[in-house]
Amino acid sequence: MSAFPYLSTTIGTPLLGVAAIAVLPKERAALARPIALLASLVALGFAIADAVAFKTGGPRFQLSESYAWIPTFHVNYSVAVDGVALVLILMTAVLVPVVILASWHDADARGGALTPQGSPAESKRSVRGLFAQLLALETLMLGVFAATDIFLFYVIFEATLIPAYFLIGSYGGARRSYAAVKFLLYNLLGGLLMLAAVIGLYVASTHSPVGAAFSFQTLSKAVGDGSLTMAGSTEKWLFLGFFIAFAVKAPMWPFHTWLPDAASEATPGTAVLLVGVLDKIGTFGMLRFCLELFPHASHYFTPLVLVLAVISTIYGALLAIGQTDMMRLIAYTSVSHFGLITIGVFALTARGEVGATLYMVNHGLSTGALFLLAGFMISRRGSKSIDAFGGVQKVAPLLAGTFLAVGLSSLALPGLSSFVSEFLVLVGAFEKYPVAAIFGTTAIVLAALYILWWYQRTMTGPVASSVEGFKDLNRRELAVIGPLVALIVVLGFVPSILTNFINPAVSQIPAHVQITQQAPHSVAQDSATQGNGSGQ
Amino acid sequence: MNPDSYLYLSAILFSLGALGVLIRRDAIVVFMCIELMLNAANLAFVTFSRMHGRLDGQIFAFFTMVVAAAEVVVGLAIIITVFRTRRSASVDDANLLKY
Amino acid sequence: MPPSTYAPVAATGVFTLTAWVVALPMIGAAILLLGGKRTNAWGHLLGCLAALGSFALGAVLFFSLLGKPGDARSYDQHVYTWIPVPGFSADAGFHLDQLSMTFVLLITGVGSLIHIYSVGYMAHDDNRRKFFAYLNLFLAAMLVLVLANNYLLLYAGWEGVGLASYLLIGFWQHKPSAAVAAKKAFIVNRVGDVGLSIAVMLMYTTFGGFAFTDVFNKAPGADRDTILGIGLMLLLGACAKSAQFPLQSWLLDAMEGPTPVSALIHAATMVTAGVYLIVRSHVIFDISPNARLLVTIVGAITLMMGAIIGCAKDDIKKALAGSTMSQIGYMVLGAGLGPIGYVFAIMHLVTHGFFKAGLFLGAGSVMHGMNDDVDMRHYGALRKYMPVTYVTFGLGYLAIIGCPPFSGFWSKDKIIEAAFAQGGTSGWVLGCTALLGALITAFYMTRVMLMTFFGEKRWVEDEQGHEAHPHESPKSMTIPMILLAVGSVFAGGLFSIGSSFANWLEPVTGRAEGHSPINTTVLSVITLVAVALGVGYAWRLYGTRTRPVPALAPAGSPLTRAARRDLYGDAFNEAAFMRTGQWLTRLLVYFDLRGVDGVVNGVAAGLGGSSSRFRRLQNGFVRSYALSMFGGAALLIAALLLVKA
Repeated sequence: MSAFPYLSTTIGTPLLGVAAIAVLPKERAALARPIALLASLVALGFAIADAVAFKTGGPRFQLSESYAWIPTFHVNYSVAVDGVALVLILMTAVLVPVVILASWHDADARGGALTPQGSPAESKRSVRGLFAQLLALETLMLGVFAATDIFLFYVIFEATLIPAYFLIGSYGGARRSYAAVKFLLYNLLGGLLMLAAVIGLYVASTHSPVGAAFSFQTLSKAVGDGSLTMAGSTEKWLFLGFFIAFAVKAPMWPFHTWLPDAASEATPGTAVLLVGVLDKIGTFGMLRFCLELFPHASHYFTPLVLVLAVISTIYGALLAIGQTDMMRLIAYTSVSHFGLITIGVFALTARGEVGATLYMVNHGLSTGALFLLAGFMISRRGSKSIDAFGGVQKVAPLLAGTFLAVGLSSLALPGLSSFVSEFLVLVGAFEKYPVAAIFGTTAIVLAALYILWWYQRTMTGPVASSVEGFKDLNRRELAVIGPLVALIVVLGFVPSILTNFINPAVSQIPAHVQITQQAPHSVAQDSATQGNGSGQ
Repeated sequence: MNPDSYLYLSAILFSLGALGVLIRRDAIVVFMCIELMLNAANLAFVTFSRMHGRLDGQIFAFFTMVVAAAEVVVGLAIIITVFRTRRSASVDDANLLKY
Repeated sequence: MPPSTYAPVAATGVFTLTAWVVALPMIGAAILLLGGKRTNAWGHLLGCLAALGSFALGAVLFFSLLGKPGDARSYDQHVYTWIPVPGFSADAGFHLDQLSMTFVLLITGVGSLIHIYSVGYMAHDDNRRKFFAYLNLFLAAMLVLVLANNYLLLYAGWEGVGLASYLLIGFWQHKPSAAVAAKKAFIVNRVGDVGLSIAVMLMYTTFGGFAFTDVFNKAPGADRDTILGIGLMLLLGACAKSAQFPLQSWLLDAMEGPTPVSALIHAATMVTAGVYLIVRSHVIFDISPNARLLVTIVGAITLMMGAIIGCAKDDIKKALAGSTMSQIGYMVLGAGLGPIGYVFAIMHLVTHGFFKAGLFLGAGSVMHGMNDDVDMRHYGALRKYMPVTYVTFGLGYLAIIGCPPFSGFWSKDKIIEAAFAQGGTSGWVLGCTALLGALITAFYMTRVMLMTFFGEKRWVEDEQGHEAHPHESPKSMTIPMILLAVGSVFAGGLFSIGSSFANWLEPVTGRAEGHSPINTTVLSVITLVAVALGVGYAWRLYGTRTRPVPALAPAGSPLTRAARRDLYGDAFNEAAFMRTGQWLTRLLVYFDLRGVDGVVNGVAAGLGGSSSRFRRLQNGFVRSYALSMFGGAALLIAALLLVKA
C-alpha cells in the first residue's frame, strides 16, 4: 500500500462532481457544466500526479491500495497500475474535460428551438443529468483500468454500460433508443459470458494450492509458477469467455455491428468516450487478462484471433469508404484500427505490445478529435450526411485545416502520433506473422482513401449553398480541439513521453506469457543457420 | 379387512376429484372436487398410519383438515366477490389475466 | 572501384550544421502555418529566407566536405532517439556524405530559385503565405528524406513529401479537378509506401535494425531471397514516388497544381526520390541481380511510355510531365545497371533538375503571359514577345535533347553507353531502347518548342473575353529562369571535366568501367544522328510554313489517341481497381447491414417472436393452468420414482 491513495483520489474526484451536481437546485441547473469541467480537470491533475509518482524503474504494479470488500469470497477493492494502465488512465483523464467542453450545448433544446418570446426554449433533457452521467462514466472508466481484483474489474466493466446507455438513449439522435438498447444488450451478452468465466476462474483457484483468490497478481503468479493448472479444455473455455466479452467490446468482426449504430446516434462527445475509452477496455482486457491468465489457450487461439483481426482491419476500412453518414464512417474506421491493435496484442512480441498500447492512446486522441470535428460540422449544418457539405474550406479554413490534420493522423502520417504506434504494431507482427502484417500494411492505402475522399467531398470544390453561412471555429471549439491536435503532434515527435511508461510494463510481463522480448537476431550472428528469423 | 382397499378407494376418490377440477365449470363444484381430493389424501394418510402402526398419518390428517377449512373460507369469499361483480360463477368467465 | 564500407564518423564542428539544414525550412513552415493570417504580409519573404538559409548552410557543408579526403567524407549526426522501445531503436539522425550532399545542394538550390520565382508567380493569390508554408514543408521533408541515416526516418521524409505534394497539387481547393488529382497522387504514392514499409520491416527482421549501418554492413551475409524481397519492395516504393510503370498515373494529373509546384516537386526533386532510394540502397541491389534486372526493365518501359505520351499532349505542362516521366526512366535505368550506371544516373538527375525546372518555369512564364492558357495550340510566335523566356526555354530544350555541349548531352549519353556496356541481350535491348527514347525525346521537345515559340500566332481570347497580350515576366520570375538556364548549359560539362562528378560520388556508390560493344565515339555520333532525326521530323510536321499547326487537334492514329489517354494507364486502373473496389465496398456495406447485423437483429427478432409464442400459454383459463399443474406434478412424481428405482 502506498502512503497517499493516489488512485482512489483520481477515481473518486469525478464522483464528488456527481454529488455536487446532484444537490444543485433546479434553477441553477446550468451550473452543472462548470462544476463538471472543474471536477474533470481536477481528476486530470490527479492523473498527472499519479504519473509523476509512478517510478518507471520500479516494480510492475505501483500505487496499489487494497481494502477488503466481500471477505467470504476473497473479493477486495484493490487498485494498482502498471505502465499500460497508467497511460490509459492519462488518456481518459485528458479526454473527459475535452468531451465536457464539447458537450456544453448538447442538453439544450433540439434544433435550436425558441420560445414565442425568442429566447432559447426550455429543454426537455436534463442538463444536470448529462454532466452527472459523463462524470459517473469517468469514474468508472478510471476505475476499470486501475482494478486489479478480477471481481471488481467485472463489476466496473458492466457498470460502465449504465451511464453509457443513458447518454446514448437520452441525448442522442433520431434512432437513439434502438442504438442504446442494441449497445446495452450486446455488451451485456458478452458480459454474461465473462461472468461465467470469472466464476469458473474462481472455482479453479479454489481447487488449486493457491487457494480461492480474485486478485490478479496472485492468479497470474500462480499460473506462472504452475500452482494454478487448469485442464486444457477448461482453460480454453475460460479464455473464450473472457475473450468474447472483450471482442464484443473492442469491437472485433463479427461482433462489431453495435458500434456504427451507437456512434452514429450518440452525441459526438459520447461517441468520443464510447470509442475512445470504453472500447479500449476490450483490448486492455485482452492484453492484461487473456494473455496472462490463460497463456496456453492464448497461443492455441492466436491464429483464429489474428484472422479475425485482419478481417476487421480490412473490412472496417472498406466499409468506411462506403459510408455517407460521417459518424458511421468514423465508427468503421475504429473497427479497422482495433483490428490492428488486436494484431499487435496477439503477435506476442514486445514491439507489438508496446505498439498496441501506444495505439490505444493515440487512437483515443485522433479518433476522438475526428468525432468532435464531425460534431462541429454536424451542429452547423444539422445533417450527418457527407453529401450535405461541399467547399467548407473556403468559408471555414481553420475547421478544414484541423480536420485535415486530424485526418492525417488517422491515416498514420509520420510526424503524427499514430505513425509510431501503427509501425510498431506492424513490425511487431511481422516478426512472427509476416502475412498478417502485410495485410495490415495494405490497410494504409484504404485509410488514405476514406480520409481523403471524405475531405475532398466535404471541404474542397465549389462552396455548396448550404455551407455558405458557416462560421469558423469559435473559442470553445478551439479549446476543445487544440489540446488534442497539439498532443497528436507532440507525441508524433516525442513518443518517449509515453513509451517511458509502457516499455518497462511490457518488459515486466511475466515470462509464462512467452512474449518475444528481444529483437530478431541479426543474420550476421546467425551465420550457422542461414535464413533463420528472416521472415521466410 | 385389507387396508389396500382403502388405498384403492383413496386413489379413485382423488382421480374423481382431479377430473372434476379439470372438467367442471361451476366454481362451487370445483371447490367440492378439491375437497374430495383433500379427503382422499386424508384417507390415504390414515390408512398408511394403520398399515405402519404409527400415529404420524392420523396427526397429519388433522393438519390437512385445518388447511382445507382455511382454504374454503378464503376461496368461497373470492367466489362470492367474483359472483357479485360478474353475475356468473363459471371459472371460464374470469379470464382477463391473460397475455 | 567498389564503394568504401559504410563507416560514418560522428559529426563534429561544422558538420553539426547538418541538422540546421533541415531545421530552417521546418521552422519556417511551422511559423507560417501556425501564425496564420498575421504572417500574410511577410510570409513569402520568410519562406524564401528559410530556403536560402538552408542553401547557404548546404554550401558551407559542401566546401567543408571538399576539404576532406575522398574516402573520409561520411558523417553521422545523432539528433535524438525518436522511438525507444525494447529491441527497436529508431533514431532521428542525419548522415552527410557525397550522395546526400549532392541532393541537399540540388534541393535547396533549385528550391530557393523556385521560392523566389513563386513570389512573382503567386503575387495575385490570397493564399500566397500558405503556399510558401507548404513549399517550406516540402523542403524540410525532402531534406529529411535525403539526409536520414536510417530507413525509418527516410520513410518519414518519404511520406512527408507525399503530404506536401498533396497539399500543393490541391492548392486551389475550389477546383474539383485539383482536389481529385491531389487525392489520386496521395493514394498511388501510398501504394508505394506499402512497399517501402514492408522493406523496412524485412530489414528489421533480417538485420535486427534498419539504420544504414545495420543494413549495409550486414547485407552481404544475408539470405539471397530475403535480399531480393527487400529489393523488390524498395523498387515498389520507388515506382510510386518517381512515377514509374506501373504506378505512373498520378504524375500527369499532378499538373493541376501551380507551375512552381510542378517545377520543384514533380520535376526536380520529389520524383527523383525513388532514384535516390535505389542508389542509396545500392548494397542491396548489388547483391541481387534479379532485382536490378527488374529495375532496368521498369526504367526502360517508363522511358518509352513517357516519351510516347509526351508526343501527343497539347497541354504544355502535361507534355513536360511526360518528359519528366521519361527522363526519370533514364535515371532508373541507369541506377538499375549497377556500378557502371549509378554515378551517371545521379549526374543525369542533377542536370535534369536544372533543365527541367527551367523548362517548367519557362512554361509558367508563358502561361503567365497567355492568361494561364495551357493549350499549345493557342500559342505560336511567342519568341518575339517573350525573349528571355524563349532563350532560357531554348537552352533547356537543347540540354534535354542532348545537344552538345549542353548538360543533357554529357549525362544522357553516359547512360546510353552504360546500357550497351551491360552486355548480353539485355545490354542491346536496353541500349537500343535508350537510343530510341532519345530520338522520341528530341521529337516531342522540338514539337513543344516549335508550337510555342515559332510559327504563326494562334492566340485566342480567354473565357472572360480578354485578348492575349503576351509579355515578358517580371524579374522575380526571369532571374531564376536565367540561373537555371546557366546550369542547363554548363552543369554537365563541369561535371564531366576530369570525371569530377564521378570521382566525387564514387566512394559512396562504387563505380565500374563498362565496356560497351560499340565504340564510345561511334555511339555518341549515332545518338546525335538519332536526335537530329527526331528534330528533323518534328520540324517537318510543325515547323515548315506550308503546314501550319491546326487549331483543333486532329483525330490522329490509334497510337496518338492512346497516347492522349496516357496509354490507357488510367483506364486500366479504373477498371481493375476502382470499379472492383467500389463494387466490393458496396457489397460489403450490404453484407454488413443485412448479413452480420441481420444475424444480430435476427437473434433479437427470434427471441421476441418466440416470447410472443410462449406467452400465449397464459390464456387466462384457470382450468388450463390446473391441467399444467397436474402435468408438472405427474412428471415430478415419475422422475422421483425413476430415480428411486
